[in-house]
Amino acid sequence: MELSWEIILMQVIMGLALGAIYVLLASGLSIIFGLLDVLNFAHGTFYMLGAYAMFTAISLCGNFWVGLVAAVVIVSLIGGLFEITLLKRLYGTDQIYPLLLCFGLGIFIPDIIKMAFGLIGKVVDYPAMLQGATFVGNLILPKYRIFLVVLMALVLLALYVFMKKTSIGMIIRAATRDRLMVNCLGINVSRVWTVGFMLGIGLAALAGAVAAPMVQTIPNMGDEMTVEAFVVVVIGGLGSLGGAALGGLILGQVVSFVSLLAPDWSNVSIFLTMALILVLRPRGLFGEEGRD
Amino acid sequence: MLKVENINTYYGSSHILHGVSLEVHPGEVVVLFGRNGVGKTTTLKSIMGIQPPKNGRIIYKGEDITGNAPYLNVRKGLAIIPEDRRIIPNLTVEENLQLGILHKKKQLNVSEQFDMVFDYFPKLKLRVKQLGGSLSGGEQQMLTIARGLISNPELMMIDEPTEGLAPLIVEEIAEILRRLQRHGATILLVEQNYDLTISLSENLRAYVLEKGQVKLSGTPAELRACQDEVEQCLGVKL
Ligand SMILES: Nc1ncnc2c1ncn2[C@@H]1O[C@H](COP(=O)(O)OP(=O)(O)OP(=O)(O)O)[C@@H](O)[C@H]1O
Ligand SMILES: [Mg+2]
Repeated sequence: MELSWEIILMQVIMGLALGAIYVLLASGLSIIFGLLDVLNFAHGTFYMLGAYAMFTAISLCGNFWVGLVAAVVIVSLIGGLFEITLLKRLYGTDQIYPLLLCFGLGIFIPDIIKMAFGLIGKVVDYPAMLQGATFVGNLILPKYRIFLVVLMALVLLALYVFMKKTSIGMIIRAATRDRLMVNCLGINVSRVWTVGFMLGIGLAALAGAVAAPMVQTIPNMGDEMTVEAFVVVVIGGLGSLGGAALGGLILGQVVSFVSLLAPDWSNVSIFLTMALILVLRPRGLFGEEGRD
Repeated sequence: MLKVENINTYYGSSHILHGVSLEVHPGEVVVLFGRNGVGKTTTLKSIMGIQPPKNGRIIYKGEDITGNAPYLNVRKGLAIIPEDRRIIPNLTVEENLQLGILHKKKQLNVSEQFDMVFDYFPKLKLRVKQLGGSLSGGEQQMLTIARGLISNPELMMIDEPTEGLAPLIVEEIAEILRRLQRHGATILLVEQNYDLTISLSENLRAYVLEKGQVKLSGTPAELRACQDEVEQCLGVKL
């Protein structure tokens, strides 16, 4: 294949858009792990729920943007309900129990979706204003891909401001390091956990909702995304938001180029990238050395 | 103000406190003495709800608070200043202090409270934007006291505030404790440094723990009267 600059640039943009999805997904996973110490093996399931909520909301109201907001809100609430009724009971037990609970949820929910929506993929349309592409000289810029990159940047900025400038963000940062001391300063940490969990799930749902027009919306679409989100978080360093962002963007580029040049290798390349980075830097790109 | 009645506390199956009882009255400084590992910190943790007792009662201002979550006890006016300091390392000095006053933001004037703790600890004011984790041991100890103090607690439980600090800083902390006491603070203090503690004030009471039980108690004068027994419990020559 002839590799012109146009194709390379196009592939970079595709990679950025894919990376944007990874970043949204993985930053949610990272918040949940950092705050609650829970390895959320149902993360991809909430991503899938985001896509289905998006599909359902759009078929009810007909508007992409209303559907997007509704999907994120509804799935976050489902996440909150799950945390309050089930997950909360397992805090303070061995890390394996919450992990198994999430793992089980990741099997159970897709089956429910299969029964409710069937096995055949659902189609979510691009919003009218983001269809097609704009041209800059010879360069084709697909509007929706560009939108995803902008959205990711805005979400990261909002997350940063939330974490650094608000009281609840400060509590989340503190509880990530020392939940007992935060509790001993008069703060109801368990409520903060619910908020943090819902935030993480909301990010997964957002990723699924915006990915819906580009991918097949099927009940098992989240399965491999869970694994990929974990890869991103491991690359970036457990519990680091900046790491999740950089890791997501790197993985997006890798997958984008490998699927162009050697499509058979695209799954393997994900793990090779992770292995390579871990060999060079065992705690991930931005990982902290020790954490209690 | 605080009444601990016959509490038994365990870590898993190891029985640490064997029926500890003690009392703290308003405006008093009460000290817990005892050898390493005797259960002083565990007593504070039991009161705070960090490691609730299996039986026995903790009464605070007439109310049974046994087994309440720590954050609820803090909202009732208790504060713990832990021996391992537990400064949040990734938060700035200012944020660590804000964390301490968050639960009382509505009742108190936040900037006045900041001024109050900076008046006690002027050095912290120079470090407000610095990360908690980058402070020296002495500064961290000051920050942990300041963080406990900033919400105007009614009863401060301070665990070994001078442990591992240089003599000059120890004296500085002792001065802070004297000042707190003069201003009417109620303090339950754990301290290994017997002479320093006794020098804080004649107006204090002490409990001496041995093997998870209260062995002796009294004012400094009363303890001096049975100095041999105190020495035996603490394993030092006074
Ligand atoms: N988290 C824990 N799990 C199990 N055992 C513990 C735990 N914390 C303390 N212990 C044990 O309980 C006993 C009392 O500990 P505690 O910390 O209350 O002693 P202390 O009087 O404060 O000692 P020090 O002067 O060294 O601070 C010790 O034997 C200790 O080994
Ligand atoms: Mg101790």
